[in-house]
Amino acid sequence: MNLVTVSGPPSSGKTAIILKTAATLMQKGVKVGVVKFDCLSTDDDLLYEKAGIPVRKGISGALCPDHYFVSNIEEVAQWGVKEGFDLLISESAGLCNRCSPYIKEIGAICVIDNLSGINTPKKIGPMLKSADIVVITKGDIVSQAEREVFASRVNSVNPKATIMHVNGLTGQGAYELGTLMYQEEVQVDTVKGRELRFPMPSALCSYCLGETRIGDEYQMGNVRKINLER
Amino acid sequence: MKQIQEELDKLGIGQLFGRYPFLNGYLSTQGLELNGEETDTLPTFLKKLDPDEIEDKALDAESIITGTATYISQMLEFLGDGKERSVTEITLYPGTNKDGEPENFDKLTFQRGEIVCIVGPTGSGKSRLLGDIEWMAQKDTPTRRRLLVNGDVPDPKWRFSSSDKLVAQLSQNMNFVMDLTVEEFIRLHADSRMVNNAEEVVQNIIREANALAGEQFAPNTAITSLSGGQSRALMIADTAILSRSLIVLIDEIENAGIDRKKALKLLLNEDKIVLMATHDPMLALMGDRRIVIKNGGIHRVIETNDRERAILSNIEALDFKVQSMRHMLRQGESLEHFEF
Ligand SMILES: Nc1nc2c(ncn2[C@@H]2O[C@H](COP(=O)(O)OP(=O)(O)OP(=O)(O)O)[C@@H](O)[C@H]2O)c(=O)[nH]1
Ligand SMILES: Nc1ncnc2c1ncn2[C@@H]1O[C@H](COP(=O)(O)OP(=O)(O)OP(=O)(O)O)[C@@H](O)[C@H]1O
Ligand SMILES: [Mg+2]
Ligand SMILES: [Mg+2]
Repeated sequence: MNLVTVSGPPSSGKTAIILKTAATLMQKGVKVGVVKFDCLSTDDDLLYEKAGIPVRKGISGALCPDHYFVSNIEEVAQWGVKEGFDLLISESAGLCNRCSPYIKEIGAICVIDNLSGINTPKKIGPMLKSADIVVITKGDIVSQAEREVFASRVNSVNPKATIMHVNGLTGQGAYELGTLMYQEEVQVDTVKGRELRFPMPSALCSYCLGETRIGDEYQMGNVRKINLER
Repeated sequence: MKQIQEELDKLGIGQLFGRYPFLNGYLSTQGLELNGEETDTLPTFLKKLDPDEIEDKALDAESIITGTATYISQMLEFLGDGKERSVTEITLYPGTNKDGEPENFDKLTFQRGEIVCIVGPTGSGKSRLLGDIEWMAQKDTPTRRRLLVNGDVPDPKWRFSSSDKLVAQLSQNMNFVMDLTVEEFIRLHADSRMVNNAEEVVQNIIREANALAGEQFAPNTAITSLSGGQSRALMIADTAILSRSLIVLIDEIENAGIDRKKALKLLLNEDKIVLMATHDPMLALMGDRRIVIKNGGIHRVIETNDRERAILSNIEALDFKVQSMRHMLRQGESLEHFEF
């Protein structure tokens, strides 16, 4: 089985491009499954089901979504192996920009859209910086010039990544993305013992543990204060 | 690449900046604050950083170093003589139509400075053909078509590189989303393309765009407030002059108040190959050839002949009349005495 992780800001087009890409792969006889990680709620599973793609969803709820992802990815991989998928795609949304759910040697795709503004690539952090493939969506609603400027910004944040333009509505570029996403010779039967590409922030403070009150006396653990002096 | 790696290990950051001025922008994007006077090498500088800062800014020393080397080599290639300038022709080899039957031609060669139109009913595969060309298909798309550049298998970098793509596409939709003036926007684009004479190029693009648009706009107009026709005009001028892509794909230039003939001329002046999907007789006949698509396959290729060119001058004369009437109506004049 191949495993790839797809992540990106909310509504950047992750589901749209996964659906289009999966369709081209399924046509070639590749068996595709998806798992969707989200924070509060998602209806993406319905979209995948409608497209005939087996899907599971994981809602992190009160937990940090990235920690939730790492704590569950092995179980998810085992589900995929059991189902006999050729390709298992994990879609993660709503993560903080500081994190990335990428695992060493496991395909990592970041989806980001042209509408998000030219300074966004710089703000996203490891999710973009350590991706192997960066997919840029919604090129249909901006100009050629904006596409070029945006792609060059992405390139300057992550020069090593393969940058692709895919249209989530028409599927232009999805076939091509599919050829990169699924590689027959790659075999992943477990992710046990593998490592995250990037360590998650080491925060643990009273608010992580359920504190809701505001004020110094309630703050313990890893607390840092904003500097308002000039 | 190896030589760049050695430079990174040997030269101080200040020296590196002297050699590669674009590095400052790259490293600040990576979250490093540098003044360009640092004498430490990049690896040493990164080693000396405070671990808290490394965690806060989510820095990864190893990936910054390899990224820097990659970036420098990409930029050097981009700023270099530009291999894509030496592309003179692309050749398309047949694949199959939607029923898997072979396409009915030996090969099709497109030369620089040529307009080729693509016609065919809805869903017949016009966009797929444009997609095959953009991807430089190597029998790895549903059509199994294959493209060669100057007779050779194209460098795979053309598929992915953000700066050296062979193909630019003028989208149907011409909205701008950035909150900038025309001048700022074009300058931003020029900077991302690393042109030397940015100021001159910017003014040139605005002038050409104004020549295409019916209504003039000023350099300090917000791009989001341009009309449909003005946006299209700006886009075409920008693509013609600033885009390094050799091939321009157009999915129908709609008649949004721009001079389409001039627009095509401008693209051709820059020696591009223009491939245009269109059903408009005036545009279709302006092409040197037109490709007819049926059921996913290239059905035939028609050379525009003299008889058709004669028709074209009639259509143009007609179009000119329609444009003049439009102009008169806009000016609030009556058409009572218009000669028709
Ligand atoms: N115009 C245009 N719209 C797109 C494109 N790709 C996606 N969209 C639209 O953008 C919206 C969000 O797309 P999704 O695929 O749901 O985004 P997502 O990243 O999966 O969102 P979450 O999983 O909720 O974070 C949908 O309405 C899509 O139809 C594109 O290339 N062009
Ligand atoms: N030779 C082919 N073999 C298999 N599928 C094909 C072939 N050509 C086109 N298709 C598929 O047919 C569908 C319609 O093609 P496409 O979108 O290119 O049509 P179009 O001519 O651009 O239509 P429109 O005029 O509506 O824009 C697409 O899904 C495309 O991938
Ligand atoms: Mg989604
Ligand atoms: Mg089309």
